[in-house]
Amino acid sequence: MSSLDPRINRLELPQIPGGEILKNQEHWITYEVFHIKKRGDHPVHVGCVHAPHPDLALVFAKEQYGRRLACVSLWVCKSSDIHAFSMEDEDMFYSAVSDEKKYRDASGFKVRDKINKFKKGNSDALV
Amino acid sequence: MYGGGYIFDKLQDNQVNDDPEKLLLFEERIARGEKIEPRDWMPFDYRRQLIRLIEQHAHSEIIGALPEGTWITRAPGFKRKLALIAKVQDEIGHGQLLYSAAETLGKSRENMINDLLNGKSKYSNVFNYPAETWADVTVIGFLIDAGAIINQITNSKGSYAPYCRALERICYEESFHLKQGHEGLVFLATGTFVQREMLQDALNRWWEPIMHFFGPPDKASVHSEKLMKWKVKMASNDDMRQEFLNTYVPKIWELGLTLPDPKLKKNTETNKWEYTEPNWETFWQVINGNGPCNKERLKVRMWAEEHGRWVRDALKTNQLTQSVPLA
Repeated sequence: MSSLDPRINRLELPQIPGGEILKNQEHWITYEVFHIKKRGDHPVHVGCVHAPHPDLALVFAKEQYGRRLACVSLWVCKSSDIHAFSMEDEDMFYSAVSDEKKYRDASGFKVRDKINKFKKGNSDALV
Repeated sequence: MYGGGYIFDKLQDNQVNDDPEKLLLFEERIARGEKIEPRDWMPFDYRRQLIRLIEQHAHSEIIGALPEGTWITRAPGFKRKLALIAKVQDEIGHGQLLYSAAETLGKSRENMINDLLNGKSKYSNVFNYPAETWADVTVIGFLIDAGAIINQITNSKGSYAPYCRALERICYEESFHLKQGHEGLVFLATGTFVQREMLQDALNRWWEPIMHFFGPPDKASVHSEKLMKWKVKMASNDDMRQEFLNTYVPKIWELGLTLPDPKLKKNTETNKWEYTEPNWETFWQVINGNGPCNKERLKVRMWAEEHGRWVRDALKTNQLTQSVPLA
């Protein structure tokens, strides 16, 4: 076999043995990556990398997620160290946006009508 | 860059009985335009087909770096060499993003690579063809990347959230690939007689693989309806091929170049492109391992795994336990 790529012709290409060539975890474990776009911003989750330890996870994260677009820092942490609610339980967060809890939202307090009414009723007194 | 003409498994309706109530909720969620996250309930076949699709896409990115990589050492000029290195590195990065997206569905990266090396998983057929001259690199960079962008923008509107997120990142980088490919192609097209000849020759050789790129015609496709409903497949092969022809054939013709299909023209009444069907027998031959470069591609991939092993082993710590990416 002769390749058009001279570098490949210099290699001694192996036969492919078949079966399980890579064992699970031969590519280590996954780290989640968080990207900080500019000073003052929250870190935002952007994906993950495979790495054996946090130092190398940072190196790979820089290659993968820091080589385009603005970035001032990256965070990594083991995927298995993230604890999360199940997305199937999303209804338990409903009250946060429901109308029943207007009493703790700025939009739940209206004063302009009362002020206008008051001004109208007391127009003489206010002169 | 690249993913097109996916080969899906045959759907196996009766193999696994998904909970009909959960299936209904799942389908309603997709119909509302909501995304599916990794830990959500999903039908067995949805998971299986997505793994297969995203995995093929990931392999295509990795293997796709090889034909273009052929020319890194001989790129004409320093800027082109830098751009090509950057592009090839992008493709490898895309592969990593896509492997991670597929991993969220429960198949390990190692198993995906095993299946690639053993010929069980496929990758885009175009990468089984050689890049014979520098003009091939410009044709790949312009037309194959263009096809890939059409495919990926379409797929990024699908239902599986991790895949969509990966594709959004990928599409951003592809715009640079497309531009640098177009620039290289225009440079040759507006250059000397010899440069134009070289480009025309590359177009002639790549036209059939490009027509194969979006996969077999719809009438030959057996599994589209359910995959479309689940937003795994977002557009038919023929529709994407039409979109490609409509945008890119004029960009070739405007340079006074030709494409090796005398029937190729836009029907002004139907607004559709007419063309000679490429030889689909060749397509299946190449997919099944008999293309000009299949063996070389896999052996080079095998070489990389084999020669990287001692580095990976050296870096191993004994606290590694299996985990699956979250999102």
